[in-house]
Amino acid sequence: MRLEYFQLIDRIVDLNLADRSISSEATVPVNNTIFEGHFPGFPLMPGVLLIEAMAQTSGWLIVAANRFQRMPFLAQVKNAKFRTFVMPGQRLLVSAKLVHEGSGYAVTAANITLAGKPVCDATLTLRVMDFPNAEVSEKMRETAARVGFPNEVAANG
Amino acid sequence: MSSTYDTIANIIAETCDIPRDTIKPESHAINDLGIDSLDFLDIAFAIDKAFGIKLPLEQWTQEVNDGKATTDQYFVLKNLSARIDELVAAKGA
Repeated sequence: MRLEYFQLIDRIVDLNLADRSISSEATVPVNNTIFEGHFPGFPLMPGVLLIEAMAQTSGWLIVAANRFQRMPFLAQVKNAKFRTFVMPGQRLLVSAKLVHEGSGYAVTAANITLAGKPVCDATLTLRVMDFPNAEVSEKMRETAARVGFPNEVAANG
Repeated sequence: MSSTYDTIANIIAETCDIPRDTIKPESHAINDLGIDSLDFLDIAFAIDKAFGIKLPLEQWTQEVNDGKATTDQYFVLKNLSARIDELVAAKGA
């Protein structure tokens, strides 16, 4: 994770468009100013950032499904449940499955596990819109390369 | 009234917590029932699932923005029911 850049996932470990699913890896940093406030003497990864990690993972799946032609924006979080604490330094597996592709929106079921044990889960709705400009599209491709977005999917965009 | 209408009225009542008896075939989802675009995503999702279709929301929005259609054609519930029936029929054709 690069929390200071709001990049919550480190790399995509599996992207399966046939199965409409994705998994990514995200290691919570050991040191970050966030933990000075959340909480002093008891550093915990904030739940809202775990939601963001699920949203970003879902987002890459939707980007892939749309062949880099459109961009997802988080619109709704439903049934978010945080089942255990997440501490600095822990390595998370973030997974999402595309439940529905509507007209201009998509719904995913996402979850995070830690060493196989459930950490949190939620149902996310994302609006799917045209890229606001070419720069955003280009930056997204750069980020895609950094997080290991599969070349064959990116090349078809 | 058709079962299509009843299905979407029930979906709207449940999704938006609107009393079922205030929803009428002549109700406009946005102007009369006050449903906003985010809530309508929930409704669209439920309708897509219930009827096995994909409501073409983006196309409808574009048509309204271009002045080629009015919101009444798509968001008055009896008209929405008719559009859904057309989509279901087209799917089965």
